Amino acid sequence: MQDIQLKIIDRNGVTHEVIAPTDMAMNLMEVVRSYELAEEGTIGICGGMAMCASCQCYVNSDHELPEMSDDEDAMLAEAFYVKENSRLGCQIQMTPELHGLEVELAPES
Amino acid sequence: MITTDILIIGAGPTGLFTVFEAGLLKLRCHLIDALPQPGGQCSEIYPKKPIYDIPAYPEILAGDLTDKLMEQIKQFKPGFTLGERAETIEKQTDETFIVTTNKGTKHHAKIVAIAGGLGSFEPRKPLIENISDFEDKGVEYIIRDPELYRNKKVVISGGGDSALDWSIFLTNIASEVTLIHRRNEFRGAQDSVEKVQELKNLGKITILTPGEVKALLGKEKLTGVVVEKEGFDDFIIDADHFIPLFGLSPKLGPIANWGLEIEKNAIKVNNALDYQTNIPGIYAIGDVNTYPGKLKLILCGFHEATLMCQSAYQRIFPNKKYVMKYTTVGGVDGFDGTRKEAPKAVIKSID
Repeated sequence: MQDIQLKIIDRNGVTHEVIAPTDMAMNLMEVVRSYELAEEGTIGICGGMAMCASCQCYVNSDHELPEMSDDEDAMLAEAFYVKENSRLGCQIQMTPELHGLEVELAPES
Repeated sequence: MITTDILIIGAGPTGLFTVFEAGLLKLRCHLIDALPQPGGQCSEIYPKKPIYDIPAYPEILAGDLTDKLMEQIKQFKPGFTLGERAETIEKQTDETFIVTTNKGTKHHAKIVAIAGGLGSFEPRKPLIENISDFEDKGVEYIIRDPELYRNKKVVISGGGDSALDWSIFLTNIASEVTLIHRRNEFRGAQDSVEKVQELKNLGKITILTPGEVKALLGKEKLTGVVVEKEGFDDFIIDADHFIPLFGLSPKLGPIANWGLEIEKNAIKVNNALDYQTNIPGIYAIGDVNTYPGKLKLILCGFHEATLMCQSAYQRIFPNKKYVMKYTTVGGVDGFDGTRKEAPKAVIKSID
């Protein structure tokens, strides 16, 4: 297993280049939390069950992402600031294929 | 005025278990929670989800954990102030505290234990420009009194259980019910979805999907909403009430202004000793606190609650001698007169 590089734009518009492990069953929301790129308590509120949308992000690169589950789809249908490229970070697992992924965190709501 | 020994702010698992540990020390507890039911996140966000790291429970649903905790603490007769948010705290000259809620309910306690999780759950407000102008003038985020809607025209938006269930309920009260959701699909219990379908077929509910309320109309109070719906020009629906039901999100809220040391949206505590905050007599336990190495786990909250109660006891009774007793040895004496104890062994000779 290898580490991958990600580009994450935080809620203040600052770009961070970070390295994420692919062998720790981590998802994007957890990577953001591990680097403290969003204030504690404002991201991953439900813990990663696709039940709160606090980890919503916009995917700016054209990586092939895991298909959206019904839960994620339904949660995004009730979230705010949703765009075409919105995903829930907690549903995106870190895999070698996602090397170079570029995402932007959606505003807090 | 409600009086108690330990006032617990937050009725999630940590807050509930505090009642048990305090009860063993003969301390009485009262809990305040912004939600209308106990259980915190476990009952509000994921009651049907399993938890696998509660010791001795290989698997337990979050809702069941709440029920079991309520069962475990019932002989200690905790008081509850539910549906109200702790707003202000005043330290008295005798080192006790008075905590007042947003509805003015006053609580007097010797000890305050903040077990507030991620904060109090506040409704998520849709991004409509002038929505705050209409709050309590036709826009309500929480339905408190259904009678308010009798013979009124009501527009509900949202796609989850609460939007479905209230739409169903209000068809018997309101003159018109319109349910608007951004998708055709709703996420709710199967029978709620079916019931809404049935009411729609009977013409008792108007469903507008995929659609969204874009603007609110009215002068003194709400008179209508502007709806955006795929394939149509924006149109107006007459409405006396607009009820957006987009779930709740936790906010630390007024506790942040109590003079407590806050770091990373959590309250700093002394984890070397008793989880006391920088204000003596105020403790913070469970997900709401922070210290080096903190983990936001229910099982850690239970541990913190236990140590905190010992410290609270010493604060209330500084000169009393006490040693911790195992429940297996000492049994459990409830404030309701019940007693649980280990059955006595039979001592009898065998011929």
